[in-house]
Amino acid sequence: MRRGIRTAAGVVGAAALLVLTACTTDPSVTTPSDDPGESEVEWFDQALFDKQDAERGVVPEGPEGQPYLQHINAEMVDTSEYASEGAKKACFANASISNPWRQTGWITMNEQLKVLQADGAISEMETRDAGDSDDTQTADIDYFIEEGNCDVFIISPNSTAAMTPAVERACATGKPVVVFDRGVQTDCPVTFIHPIGGFAWGIDTAEFLIDNLEEGDKVVALRILPGVDVLEQRWAAAEKLFDEAGIEAVDYFTGADPAEIKKIISDELAKGDVQGIWMDAGDGAVAAIEAFEDAGVDYPVMTGEDELSFLRKWKETGLTGLAPVYSNFQWRTPLLAAQMIFAGTEVPQEWVLPQSPITSSDLDEYLAANDGMPGGHYAKFGGEDLPGYPTVWQERIIP
Amino acid sequence: MSTTDQVAEAPALGWGERLRKFGLMLVSPRGAVYLLLIVLLILITVLNPRFAEPDQLMRFIQRVAPIAIVAIGQYFVIVAGEFDLSMGSLVTAQVIIAGNLVGQDDSRSIPVLLLMIGFGLLVGLANGLLTTMLKVPSFIVTLGMMLALLGGVLFWTGGAATGNPADGFRQIGRGGIRDLPLIDFLPWAVVVLVVLLALAIWFSKRPFGRTFIAVGDNVAAAHYSGIRVWWTKTAAFMISSTSATIAGVLLVGYAGVHPSVGRGYEFIAITAVVLGGVVLGGGRGSVVAAVAGAFALESLFTLLNFAGVPSTSRDAIQGVIIIAAVAYAAATFGRRRRRPARPTSPAGEEQAPSPVPAVPAPTPATGDTPQQGGL
Repeated sequence: MRRGIRTAAGVVGAAALLVLTACTTDPSVTTPSDDPGESEVEWFDQALFDKQDAERGVVPEGPEGQPYLQHINAEMVDTSEYASEGAKKACFANASISNPWRQTGWITMNEQLKVLQADGAISEMETRDAGDSDDTQTADIDYFIEEGNCDVFIISPNSTAAMTPAVERACATGKPVVVFDRGVQTDCPVTFIHPIGGFAWGIDTAEFLIDNLEEGDKVVALRILPGVDVLEQRWAAAEKLFDEAGIEAVDYFTGADPAEIKKIISDELAKGDVQGIWMDAGDGAVAAIEAFEDAGVDYPVMTGEDELSFLRKWKETGLTGLAPVYSNFQWRTPLLAAQMIFAGTEVPQEWVLPQSPITSSDLDEYLAANDGMPGGHYAKFGGEDLPGYPTVWQERIIP
Repeated sequence: MSTTDQVAEAPALGWGERLRKFGLMLVSPRGAVYLLLIVLLILITVLNPRFAEPDQLMRFIQRVAPIAIVAIGQYFVIVAGEFDLSMGSLVTAQVIIAGNLVGQDDSRSIPVLLLMIGFGLLVGLANGLLTTMLKVPSFIVTLGMMLALLGGVLFWTGGAATGNPADGFRQIGRGGIRDLPLIDFLPWAVVVLVVLLALAIWFSKRPFGRTFIAVGDNVAAAHYSGIRVWWTKTAAFMISSTSATIAGVLLVGYAGVHPSVGRGYEFIAITAVVLGGVVLGGGRGSVVAAVAGAFALESLFTLLNFAGVPSTSRDAIQGVIIIAAVAYAAATFGRRRRRPARPTSPAGEEQAPSPVPAVPAPTPATGDTPQQGGL
């Protein structure tokens, strides 16, 4: 008896759930276009947008041919208080090397380290890799503070808000702190090194697509993951500009999984024509292009990144493309900044490095310069004058 | 002895008879997954009529093929009463192996392919022996294997893509026979899937195939009836790791090399299998339903794409639908299970065309024991 009742309850419950799901699918069918505005409100920052938009047009100051030492609109700070003789120990709290961009930079940084060791500026660099974890990185920084015996802290934060207290603790030691790539919510570090930023990326890419497309054309935006400010800002800027220009843009999260990217594009192509592809990072760009090949339709107008796999596919297919750049050469700057700080030379408080996309006119030049480099290498890695060039990057020996 | 009777009976069934049974099954509660699949396909077609065109359909099957193949492998493990959580990471490992070892040299395709199959079998053997010989629960063994494989991949690649292998190697997953009448394009992946599914159906009707279900249903009874339990379970793991290998080969072609390829496949496969009405804990289920489960899951993904659901809410909606579908399947399946003793002859067969009553007499009796605790 009880069994029968339980069975009936189970069936009724399941049926109710099924009805419920039927309800959840229906509204989503009818109101797909209302939501995108929300994310814009959350991540869009007009002041930052305007600042980065302006910075795109500024000719950077600094030594010619050494973009990793150039800076835009810098406000210099005095570092004479840190001036001191001898080789110093650098402690590097790294967020991770879990993507090809970070790996390329990490290789470059280690080659830069060798140069500075040979110069007698840096004695050694102790590195802790946080493996994309805020908790681990906090522990890493605290370890460096307690027993690292560090002369300078170099921090590439895993996330902005969560890393702020740990960075403040590092600052409190009185030793110089250098932050690069993602930022923190404190200006206690001596210098914060980063390329112009995500909004500039979004503006460059969206303007390119808008120039090459007609009003009413469709752009599929392939995004790695939600919630990371550098990535969200890229999309926030692009989405706003697409919206203003009357370009229809739909965005997807792909996790950089090429299988996912192919599925998304083939579904979109089954729905209707797609004229443009926008990416917030180049990882997986080749899969996106292949999806168009497999479907037997014309190549889209596309923005990827300066990752070589994309540049080569771009060249091979002859599509209309742009490779926005999140300057990988910034990985050289922190150690050089440390050297300058101990020499008492002034450095920019906020060290904005140049960030300019690779266009079809300089594609060949970058392909030639990076001949023999693996697909995951970044064209603007800026390490051509370092001792291990080109073998270390070609063989992609990760230290 | 009763096992041989069943085997003799199965091939005697005519195709018409099987078709009739399939039709009956569809309307019975057991056909929940097929119904779900059909409903999803109809919804997709309503939203986008082009989907129903033969070439689009072929491309759809092509992309579901890897996950369906993984589901076939997972089916054998689950029906034998175990789990294989290492499948997704094995797919990833195989994709990376292919990318790194084949490189741009087509002539290495065959040796590397053999190496991959060997490596896959080895992983399955290790999973199986650790589970059966050391009596470590397979959930833990394969979880450990998953971490070991992912760690190995991370160590080898540093977590980033290495570049795609030669185009020749990628043909299996990406290419196909073109310019055919009617369907226009027949991807190799579809051929592979059809062959594997046919093999799986044939295998699960063989005496050895039936021991998987017997072992999953009741290990003790299986043991006393002379089944080598350790070998059956190990074979299940080796089948699943081989299927992960094949899925990996297809994915290298379809998608390319990236450490994220294969991520989450073990859970998609388990969900697909459960969606297909296969009972976690073993002893019940059909491989065709597991494959249908995989197709239903992927259709759901496509439906959400076509419906233009915002990217941020997609996962949540997908999750709710899966829970509902599994709950529905489980409830109806459970109801069916609770009255197994009554239909002894043809009626009982009808509801379970898959080799469920492999050991007809003991099944209802022994089936009751885990049921009270398990359900």
